[in-house]
Amino acid sequence: MNARTNSIRSDGVAAAAVLASGIGVFVTGVLTTMAEISGALKAALDWYAPAGPLSGKAGTGIVVWLIIWVILHYAWREKEVNFGAIYALSLGLVALGWVLTFPLVFEAFSG
Amino acid sequence: MTLTAKELWTVLHGMVFGAIFLIAFAGGFAGLWSLTPSLVTQAGVRERMRRLLIGMWTMAIMAWATVITGTYIVYPWYRAPDPSSPRSLLIANPELKTWHTFGMEWKEHVGWFAPILATAVAFLVTYYGSALVEKNRLRKAILVIFSIAFLASAVAGIFGAFLNKVAPIR
Repeated sequence: MNARTNSIRSDGVAAAAVLASGIGVFVTGVLTTMAEISGALKAALDWYAPAGPLSGKAGTGIVVWLIIWVILHYAWREKEVNFGAIYALSLGLVALGWVLTFPLVFEAFSG
Repeated sequence: MTLTAKELWTVLHGMVFGAIFLIAFAGGFAGLWSLTPSLVTQAGVRERMRRLLIGMWTMAIMAWATVITGTYIVYPWYRAPDPSSPRSLLIANPELKTWHTFGMEWKEHVGWFAPILATAVAFLVTYYGSALVEKNRLRKAILVIFSIAFLASAVAGIFGAFLNKVAPIR
């Protein structure tokens, strides 16, 4: 095992990547459902007219994901964190994001 | 045997970028799964890591290429406001409407999960490298996230294929 791999035993980096991706997926899901509830939000997410509100839903999810990832990466990279708990939380966020982007769910809120 | 520009972009989106991602998943999964001391030697780990890195980053790039071409090139044609667009045709036909209200609506959103998750996976494989051989719990966690990325892409790909059959972009 080389020096580099010996020096990166911390689970903090993994936890940051996993949690950030879970948050990105979750935010995309929340915006998908909320856009059905709020016409104003839907309009605000219309970043690129040919693609409609999808451009803003995905764009916001990506931006939030990257910002959170950078913050958590630098905050946790030298630390041992409770990876199991963070991983479980991340999977929960991904599951929620999945549910909130399921048409039978978000279309139930259509006006 | 010619394709219109729109058909060509649709092919690139689904049958090139998307297909490469889906097909590469099996190799990536097998490579990560077998990264254990009981299955590979040290020399095997070195050889396998190089392929894993290339494969994982190729998949992440293909996932981004898929969703970006889909959302910003193909999707605008699909949802164009004129009555002859695929979306308009599907919604106007009660027997086909669900392909849009369920199929496309699910596909267009869930597809974006794939590049986010695939990028996280590629990063983690790069960062931890051969240390993943001993970090069994982390390796399995990465496998789960990798599988979710594949599922998201599979849903998007399957509905994309059917939608292009039912209401093709020409």
